[in-house]
Amino acid sequence: MDIVVCVKTNPDPQMVRIKDREPVIEAVPFKLGDLDKNALETAIQVRDAAGGKVVALTVAETNRKIKETIKDALAMGADEAVIVDDPAAATLDQAGVATVIAAAVKKLPACDLLLFGEGSSDNYTGQVPSRVAEKLGVPQVGYARKVEAAGDAVRCERSMDEMIETLELPLPAAVTVVSEINEPRIPSLMHIMKAGSKPTQVWSLADIGLDAGALAPKQEVLSNLAEEQDRKHIVFEGTVAEQAEAFVNALVKEGVVGR
Amino acid sequence: MADLLVYSEKTQAACELAAKGREFAQALGLGVSAAALGEGAAAAAAELGAAGADRVFVSEDPALEGWPADSVAVALAQIAAEADAKVVLLGSTRRGKELAGRLAEKLGAGAVTDVNGLELEGGEFVAARYAFAGATVAREKVAGDVKVFAVMPKTFSSEGATAGAGTVVTPALELATGMKVVERRAKEGDAVSLDAAPRIVGVGRGFATREDLSLGDQLAEALEGVVGCTKSLADFQWLGEDRIIGLSGAKTAPDLYLSVGISGQVQHTVGVSSAKLIAAINKDKDAPIFQMADYGIVGDLYEVVPAVVERLKVV
Ligand SMILES: Cc1cc2nc3c(=O)[nH]c(=O)nc-3n(C[C@H](O)[C@H](O)[C@H](O)COP(=O)(O)OP(=O)(O)OC[C@H]3O[C@@H](n4cnc5c(N)ncnc54)[C@H](O)[C@@H]3O)c2cc1C
Ligand SMILES: Nc1ncnc2c1ncn2[C@@H]1O[C@H](COP(=O)(O)O)[C@@H](O)[C@H]1O
Repeated sequence: MDIVVCVKTNPDPQMVRIKDREPVIEAVPFKLGDLDKNALETAIQVRDAAGGKVVALTVAETNRKIKETIKDALAMGADEAVIVDDPAAATLDQAGVATVIAAAVKKLPACDLLLFGEGSSDNYTGQVPSRVAEKLGVPQVGYARKVEAAGDAVRCERSMDEMIETLELPLPAAVTVVSEINEPRIPSLMHIMKAGSKPTQVWSLADIGLDAGALAPKQEVLSNLAEEQDRKHIVFEGTVAEQAEAFVNALVKEGVVGR
Repeated sequence: MADLLVYSEKTQAACELAAKGREFAQALGLGVSAAALGEGAAAAAAELGAAGADRVFVSEDPALEGWPADSVAVALAQIAAEADAKVVLLGSTRRGKELAGRLAEKLGAGAVTDVNGLELEGGEFVAARYAFAGATVAREKVAGDVKVFAVMPKTFSSEGATAGAGTVVTPALELATGMKVVERRAKEGDAVSLDAAPRIVGVGRGFATREDLSLGDQLAEALEGVVGCTKSLADFQWLGEDRIIGLSGAKTAPDLYLSVGISGQVQHTVGVSSAKLIAAINKDKDAPIFQMADYGIVGDLYEVVPAVVERLKVV
């Protein structure tokens, strides 16, 4: 089964600090999306069971970190990497990224299964996978917590509201995964060393027949600020009994207990 | 006449959108259409009318079983064309979020998902959603003739809605899906609804074993509240996924949120930032949760929780 895993390189959200309500992203390290690593681990396991190849595909503005993060994907076990690297990628919205991914997938010799994270670490819109599936005209299943090859189909299990669902999609198909699906492997030193020699192709938008002008974003971000939280920050000290006493008294005074 | 179209597979969420949608539609000179699709669609039509829909497009086509994103998107695109929809409001449930991108692509529309605030400013929609895993709130505008917004359930209320005519329309849809439902089975275990709970005790990895969670249960009982948890505990399968609070779980707005043994990472706290009062018990005085708490106790939960439970008994 030929699998394409879409992975995104993001500023590590754990490291984003807030200053004067603004997120400070300078100096924040870039890394592969957490859920994208789950998707990659899924791809590797499906390949190891069913045979085939795993291609890691990423769309990124020209930025020197992309080669390093994509190397992480190769070290984990992807067989090849494709980087669509174009200065214009900096302003793409989800529809734009999906257009680029769909065009890149069409240029690849084969793709039976497309895997994605359920959301990217920074935007978490979930739009990219669903837009790609529509562009390529393939069926989709979101939020999979189990994915396995089943002949000419892929079988997924997901948990939705009050239901556990088992679903089957004929190939080619698109699937997004949730974090509980697996524990992404940590590559060994040997695999990290080998990653550098795995085939990596770098394409521009023109290479996949796209023109940046046609990819103007439809969404415009007006502002992006931390919420103002007006909290009291009262910390109770003393013995455990004193802390409990003062704490419960405060809750009573606030009117949230004892009425 | 052009319309605003609302849809969610959850009737309550769809009614909230119809009620608020009617206000938007009036301001913009649009009519209100609703779509009811798949299992139980016919039964939902009357509720949608009462919540504000002028027309309700109903289909229980077999290709909508299990709400596959591909066939639901086709159905909604056909209904949107028939209603001349300028704006589509979806419920941002898991299914709705999965659908949004696919439908938007069909309609050539920009879309915003996980919307937790939607307003008209100078006749244009401005949507709010969390970014950077919940650290910030992004306000976004969508360009183009058609716009899609997937709105979190409970963002709007359907109480006191002005009813619409609720005329039922049976559209001629041509549907097919590639998704085959092999099995759908109800989840085991107790279902809990966190989004309506007035008092929530949140439990996290500070609890060393699954058995120890009984301490959290006792605390919740003493507060007449319910237990929610961080994603980590659901990943351990100590508690069900419906108890997760945060980015990938419930967004709650209780009167009191009391976190116990939770560090307070942003993917979790985004689910409680609307709580009236936030309190925290954690043994690490530098835990980020204290930065957003009204009241905090720095201490070992195994000592503090029993003491608080005892004290609550004599309130
Ligand atoms: C895409 C994505 C989505 C996510 N979505 C969610 C989500 O929706 N909800 C969510 O919760 N998480 C989510 N997470 C995970 C999140 O990032 C954190 O990993 C998680 O919230 C941490 O859980 P925790 O606080 O229980 O554990 P930890 O971070 O390990 O914190 C445990 C805390 O317990 C304290 N402690 C330990 N022992 C004691 C004791 N005896 N007494 C008192 N305190 C003690 C420690 O000081 C520590 O602060 C998501 C992550 C990603 C990448
Ligand atoms: N720039 C990108 N390059 C490759 N894959 C991406 C990119 N952006 C998003 N994706 C994929 O789409 C998923 C959902 O992203 P999003 O729609 O931004 O929440 C991610 O988990 C990735 O698998």
